[in-house]
Amino acid sequence: MRLFDADQTSRGGRRKAARPAAAAQVRPAEAGDIGQVIALDAAVTGLPKADYWSEVYQRYGARGAKQRFFLVADAGRAIQGFVVGEVRDWEFGSPPCGWVFGINVRPDARLGGIGTQLLEAICDAFRRAGVTKVRTLLARDNTLVLSFFRSQGMMAAPFIPLEMDL
Amino acid sequence: MKLQTATSLALVSVLEAAANPGRTIAAAEIAEKYGVSIHHLAKVLRELARAELVESARGVGGGYRFAGNPKRVTLMDVIERFEDISARSPEAGGARPATDVGRALARVLAEIDEIAKATFRSITIDTMLKLIARGGHGAQARR
Repeated sequence: MRLFDADQTSRGGRRKAARPAAAAQVRPAEAGDIGQVIALDAAVTGLPKADYWSEVYQRYGARGAKQRFFLVADAGRAIQGFVVGEVRDWEFGSPPCGWVFGINVRPDARLGGIGTQLLEAICDAFRRAGVTKVRTLLARDNTLVLSFFRSQGMMAAPFIPLEMDL
Repeated sequence: MKLQTATSLALVSVLEAAANPGRTIAAAEIAEKYGVSIHHLAKVLRELARAELVESARGVGGGYRFAGNPKRVTLMDVIERFEDISARSPEAGGARPATDVGRALARVLAEIDEIAKATFRSITIDTMLKLIARGGHGAQARR
């Protein structure tokens, strides 16, 4: 499961106000969107991951799987953001629930409700798939995205991620 | 995790002020609502004013107003004015950190501290007000 790669240098209280984005429509990702997704992700993380995003599109977008979702916010064919997630059954001891693996919005399009639109859209998709809970996982120093999810009403889940060196 | 009394008072004061934007709230009003000493509260409010989290209005009808941006000010912004967040957790049971037992306990306590700090840093005043409006429960994602 991939952790978020949102802009970890941004602080919630100290960014410049973003320019308002054109009204965005949330829709399933198409093959032609992946270049913009790669560029958006690279602009935020500093790491171009062309192969990774192509694979994500193949797994979550291209096959139209009922439980997998790759959505983009499209403002006149300019991708303003994306969200990726899927319903996972009984993993980590949890009944089926929706997991959001990645969400990102272009820095100059933030504060315009696009992140909220994307999260609401994928939650709608999870509901249609029959689940009643959405979860996510992110680095505890990713204050920006943590703040976003909390502003949407998410609270700490009854799980503790553990790790060790191999 | 236990916060100092002053920190708790600071948090409720900021939240009360932020919940009533544009309205001046008297220290006596907060003191009565929470059953606390007005003298202790006054010290807390002065510190909050120094931090520019609230601004005071003197005279008849005076009190305090929230002075920050509720979508930017976080719980940590308030807490760190009253708590030394850089302090290491006290060694459990008094175990010295120079021992293996002390180091292991310190590591566990540090893990708890880091989770707590990340939580406080990620919750804005606006998010807290939404939580308060929901009666303290988590939200159901909007349909």
